[in-house]
Amino acid sequence: MKLVIAVIKPFKLDEVREALTRIGVHGMTVTEVKGYGRQKGHMEIYRGSEYAVNFLPKLRLEVAVASAQIEQVTEALAAAAKTGQIGDGKIFVTPLDQALRIRTGETGADAL
Amino acid sequence: MRWGTFVAAIAATSIASPAFAQASNAAAKIDGADTAWMIGATGLVLTMTIPGLALFYAGMVRKKNVLATMAQSLAATFLVSILWAFVGYSLAFTGDGAVIGTLDRVFLQGMTLESISPWAKTIPEALFMIYQMTFAVITVALVAGSVADRLRFSAYLIFCALWLLIVYVPIAHWVWGGGFLGSYGLIDFAGGTVVHLNAGVAGLTAAYVVGWRRGFGHENLAPFDLTLAVIGTGLLWVGWFGFNGGSALGANSRAVFAIVATHLAASAGAFTWMVLEWWTRGKPSVLGMISGAVAGLGTITPASGFVLPMQAVLIGVIAGAICFWACTWLKIRCGYDDSLDVFGVHGIGGFTGTLLAGVFAVGALSVSPDLPAGVSGLLEGNVHQVVAQVYGVVVTLLWSGIATYLIFKAIELVVPLRVRQEDEVMGLDVSQHGEALQ
Repeated sequence: MKLVIAVIKPFKLDEVREALTRIGVHGMTVTEVKGYGRQKGHMEIYRGSEYAVNFLPKLRLEVAVASAQIEQVTEALAAAAKTGQIGDGKIFVTPLDQALRIRTGETGADAL
Repeated sequence: MRWGTFVAAIAATSIASPAFAQASNAAAKIDGADTAWMIGATGLVLTMTIPGLALFYAGMVRKKNVLATMAQSLAATFLVSILWAFVGYSLAFTGDGAVIGTLDRVFLQGMTLESISPWAKTIPEALFMIYQMTFAVITVALVAGSVADRLRFSAYLIFCALWLLIVYVPIAHWVWGGGFLGSYGLIDFAGGTVVHLNAGVAGLTAAYVVGWRRGFGHENLAPFDLTLAVIGTGLLWVGWFGFNGGSALGANSRAVFAIVATHLAASAGAFTWMVLEWWTRGKPSVLGMISGAVAGLGTITPASGFVLPMQAVLIGVIAGAICFWACTWLKIRCGYDDSLDVFGVHGIGGFTGTLLAGVFAVGALSVSPDLPAGVSGLLEGNVHQVVAQVYGVVVTLLWSGIATYLIFKAIELVVPLRVRQEDEVMGLDVSQHGEALQ
């Protein structure tokens, strides 16, 4: 199993969710986060004061998937989240040792 | 001159209006219309502080200091009001001493249903007292903006009391209560010196004495919610009709002219600031537009009952430009942390407006039985008026600056001016008041 962690532009959430649902991914966790990458931040000016806003709001998605499906998932996710502009975000994939559905006690890929 | 015919026309209508005709009786008699308008104006001016200024200021601080900032406007309202009735009014507006009034009206003793102040001969004295009270309230509340986010609430309360009695009351007496500045000929229709320059200089002094906000210059201190500030500006703007229009002290043409001047100057100030910011910084910010409006309002205040509508537009343009410069260049150049720009907007605006009143004053607008020719400014050939205005500005600047400094130094002996560093980081809402926005 793999855990996909994606950081995306907030307005792309619905498209990403639809894309993943279409290929059979049935769950994800979403967190509002702030961060920076190549996009850096922007300047805000309040009367005489200029503030560099270095951390921009993003969404962090966590999706657990079966190893066999990982290529398909990352491709669909990247395609849905892409605008082509700087700041589209990143996708990280890490191994996932175990999963357990609390209600039924199922483990492994059955729990996803 | 084009003004000539215009002015003559105004003079003719003003003198023919019933209000002016009645004033020429000179006998003190309560007038129903004047009283009704002044009750309304009193309500308008109080609305400027709560909720107007409370919202205007609270919208510009960080989320953790919103309630503490509102608390400052609230506390100024109730504390200053009580002290004004106890002793402030009496010292400011009774007697004809050059320096200070008398104790004749301490605790409002001797004030009856029939009492009439010599300063407002057609309304009950109690109404004049509470109208002037609302001016004292907002002036004290204005000062707090320069030290937002860091001043200890207990120190602020002591400051309110001392500053009202040592700074506001004497200056109000000098300018409006028969003191030496008014006698010298200073014109200040609704508070260019007494309110705005005074609060601005006190704010600047406070910012220097109390010091920078933690993180000033390198942390993001951006406003929490400018929508509050926009709503606050709207309330200030409308309230200012009572502030300037009410300073005519009656329901008459001069009040209306003051309101017209006020509104046009606010509009011109907002427009000017917006254009300058768009031009120099690439975007027309909402904070810029409301700052320009308040700059126009503060600047027209001393001139509002003395100038014509088109002169008010010009004053508004000058206000927007000079206050923009003060907030975006002067402040950075001098390195003080006047958090909400009390000096940049009100101080510079009051200073500019007081001088411009001396330049633009149109005699026909201020004709009264005591003053048959009215007060003329430089443009009508009266050089002395500019001298009187400069005198008023210098005296206000010195007294407000020095006395404010000494007041803070005295308070510091009793209680620290600033909150503790960890309380400042946590926010004043929690550390000073035990509550917070969720």
